[in-house]
Amino acid sequence: MPEKKDVIEVEGRVVEALPNAMFRVELDNGYRVLAHISGKIRLNFIRILPGDRVKVELSPYDLTRGRIVRRL
Amino acid sequence: MIKRKTAREIDIMFSAGQILAKTLKYLQEIITQGMSTLDLDREAAEFIKKLGGRPAFKGYNGFPGNICVSINEQVIHGIPKRSVKIKDGDIVSLDVGVEYNGYYADAAVTVPVGRIAPELEELLKVGRQALELGISKARAGNHLSDISNAIESYVLAHNMEVVRSFVGHGIGKRLHEEPQVPNFGPPGEGPILEAGFALAIEPMVNLGTSEVVILNDGWTTVTKDGRPSCHFEHTVIVQEGEPLVTTRLNGENLIYSNN
Repeated sequence: MPEKKDVIEVEGRVVEALPNAMFRVELDNGYRVLAHISGKIRLNFIRILPGDRVKVELSPYDLTRGRIVRRL
Repeated sequence: MIKRKTAREIDIMFSAGQILAKTLKYLQEIITQGMSTLDLDREAAEFIKKLGGRPAFKGYNGFPGNICVSINEQVIHGIPKRSVKIKDGDIVSLDVGVEYNGYYADAAVTVPVGRIAPELEELLKVGRQALELGISKARAGNHLSDISNAIESYVLAHNMEVVRSFVGHGIGKRLHEEPQVPNFGPPGEGPILEAGFALAIEPMVNLGTSEVVILNDGWTTVTKDGRPSCHFEHTVIVQEGEPLVTTRLNGENLIYSNN
């Protein structure tokens, strides 16, 4: 019986918009991560701009990369 | 902290695994069209108890069935029901857990019923092989994510997807222990495997999107696009060389085809 995957979710602020819908996000703990945006945000045409606060899901393997799942 | 199992613990886990392997073999022999998923559930429970085990899923986090039976676009956690009948051309995932003397075994197989479409044959072949490749990486000295990567890269190379929101897991005195064993990710990451680690490796492979939705019953998990999915799983003990697959029937391949 498979287990539900733990996701590491953290909040931060977008500091820079990069090409290919990638963003540099400064997390509240001070770390900076590279994040792409989730399909849902893309489908709903939610604009993400530098300065926005966002919720980021981190990869359990690589804590320097993540996925923006929500604009706060 | 991942616990290494002692020789005594491994013995008991092997016994649990053998009960489970026999149960899955039996279910594959009796499964036919017209049977309800509840019939399979009852047969499984009776068979497991006869061999001295306990169906481990019953009541686990409130799961109502003895086993999970998931048909076609259902990926995992299908609840057995009298109203759900198995049809010709279905692929049926049987996920079974056994507790024996305080230790657990967990395994799953997706079974074709009657004549199935060629794309489903291909799906089952890829799922089965993905599991074998994952198991072959479960050796002392490898990283955990070597298993994950072997599974993902094989599946993606066949233009199929792995489910990402559910993962395999450590197993032993509890059904779910550390670590989580994802079916995706880069190689060479996560903890280094040591002899005595027990892992349930379980790729869930989809023909379409990797995204899944949990239905209102709180359990049944289906593919978001309604396309079919398969699920293969073994419980393995990491060793220096070849891993010990507790849920593989001695001298036989658990995952054999029923036709």
